[in-house]
Amino acid sequence: MLIGETFNVAFRSIRANKLRALLTMLGVIIGVGAVITVVAMGTGAQRNVENQINALGANLITIEPSRSRFGGVESSSTVPMTIDDAVALRRDAAEYIDAMAPEMERRQQVEYGNQNINANVKGTTPEYPEARNTRVEYGRMFTTGDDDSRQRYAVLGANVPDNLGQNPAAMIGQTVTIRQIPFEVIGVMASRGSIGWSNPDDEIYIPLTTARFRVMGNDRLGQISLTLPEGVNRNTALIQFERIMRREHRIRPGEGNNFNLRSPTDYLATAEETSKTFSALLLSIAAVSLVVGGIGIMNIMLVSVTERTKEIGIRKALGATRIVIMSQFLIEALMLCLVGGVIGIGFGVVASNLVSKNLGWSTEISPTAVAVAFGFSALVGLFFGLWPARRAASLDPIQSLRYE
Amino acid sequence: MARGMLDTAERMALLPGDVPRDAVIVTRNLHREYVMGTEVVRALNGVDITIRRNEFVAIMGPSGSGKSTLMNMIGCLDTPSEGEYWLNGHRVSELDDDDLARIRNKEIGFVFQTFNLLPRASALANVELPLVYAGVGGRERRERAETVLKQVGLGERMHHRPNELSGGQRQRVAVARALVNKPSILLADEPTGNLDSATSVEIMDLFETLHREGQTIILVTHEPDIAEHAKRQIILRDGKVASDGLTAEIHA
Repeated sequence: MLIGETFNVAFRSIRANKLRALLTMLGVIIGVGAVITVVAMGTGAQRNVENQINALGANLITIEPSRSRFGGVESSSTVPMTIDDAVALRRDAAEYIDAMAPEMERRQQVEYGNQNINANVKGTTPEYPEARNTRVEYGRMFTTGDDDSRQRYAVLGANVPDNLGQNPAAMIGQTVTIRQIPFEVIGVMASRGSIGWSNPDDEIYIPLTTARFRVMGNDRLGQISLTLPEGVNRNTALIQFERIMRREHRIRPGEGNNFNLRSPTDYLATAEETSKTFSALLLSIAAVSLVVGGIGIMNIMLVSVTERTKEIGIRKALGATRIVIMSQFLIEALMLCLVGGVIGIGFGVVASNLVSKNLGWSTEISPTAVAVAFGFSALVGLFFGLWPARRAASLDPIQSLRYE
Repeated sequence: MARGMLDTAERMALLPGDVPRDAVIVTRNLHREYVMGTEVVRALNGVDITIRRNEFVAIMGPSGSGKSTLMNMIGCLDTPSEGEYWLNGHRVSELDDDDLARIRNKEIGFVFQTFNLLPRASALANVELPLVYAGVGGRERRERAETVLKQVGLGERMHHRPNELSGGQRQRVAVARALVNKPSILLADEPTGNLDSATSVEIMDLFETLHREGQTIILVTHEPDIAEHAKRQIILRDGKVASDGLTAEIHA
């Protein structure tokens, strides 16, 4: 009952100084809001990375041509990777390969009816969907037989039908021309979402042999995608692939590779690590602003104690004990912080939504962050309210009654 | 506070033998010294007074005589440097701050020159305040506060805030607040100091009525005509009791 009265007094005192209370709370509002927004952005970024790892498939390894280094000198040209490299890998490292998709790609003009788009056309093998962890949504993938017989079949990325002004199911059996060469659409891929700066949903896939002889006119590969079978040691596999590639490219011992073996998931794991570090940095800045908010509260509570010296004197004369006066001011500081915390949470949720809407970053409000931010603001209230409250409690009643 | 567990009669039995059994206030050789810079100021220099139940006493004296210090001492706002003070059997001289707060709440009703009401609270809330600290429940608190406010003639204005009341009305609220927890003594410090003469008379009439109803009243003042309302006058000079006698005898 005395506690109820104490709450009442604290509440009335805050209400009597609304503007001041709001300004005081601002530090906590900004601090809590910042914590929630930053954590939401961090969680969203991390979720993005996880999704990308899942989209790529955890077992993916890619091989790309690169400039070679020899004794610290980088050569000016790249040695192309060819279909022969892919054949050699398949032949000599079969036990390390689950699915393999060599890719040769070039941007081409693609026409359908009166629509004309510029799309990335990829020549690849039937194993492409398996190697890149995707599937054909409508129709079918081309087969090894289609590849061997250089069929003019095309499988479209998920966005391509839309880019051509047609719905995906209706595209099956239609004819599109790539570099004036007619291709029959036999399938449409499932949507995969953009990965980094490329969007596979905008690509068109044709059989590798068709691409080599009918469209590109060469056997140069932009990339080879591989997946490892279950239970295969990644490092052993990478050493095997490297050995075969060096042999095929006739690289002498001591000379640098003119190709890159990469695990995109490793790269993404690094990205995740980076985003975590970045989040931690922002979070510590947000925490500093909470502490600054706490100091603001301490400051205003000290002012409040001085302003209300007379009131404290009256209350003491009428029988308020130290603990009663102390809890009155402590509860007031706590209420300022908690109300600030609640407003800050609302502010953080709104800010997170604004960030994801206007900047297109994905954000995810974390309940843990909300709870921690709220708890931390209560702690700030207790910590920074304690000293002013003790000061109020230890005022001498005679001096306080005389205070004007 | 084991002593507080005893009832009044038991506590009174612990007092020195020469003290009347109905004494509310007993001081023995009361000293209070302040250190002001390098100087030691002796505000009280051996005060012995005894005030019995239902007395109406005025404590008088020029400024610097120690009457404010004595009032603080009697009001349990301060403790003596030396000597002893019993209030209604409580040996105040040996209590700590929180015990003093509890004693003030239970035994003393203060009326101040500047009213000392909480400005943002209604008259009723002001009067309820001592009961809040006494741990009295909300409903009973309200009933008791209303009763006392009616008793001092403010039944119609109890929801007004102090700034909506006249000086006399404010002092009546203060008197109601002083009485609400049924204290042993009503301790008034220059209660008419901020009031015009007509209102002063009204407040003093109220005090006389309360006295007739059995209330023990101690009035600290420097105005002789206000002290005239009391039945007994104690005059302090240089921290000592200079004279102590009944008002009727002084005039005789």
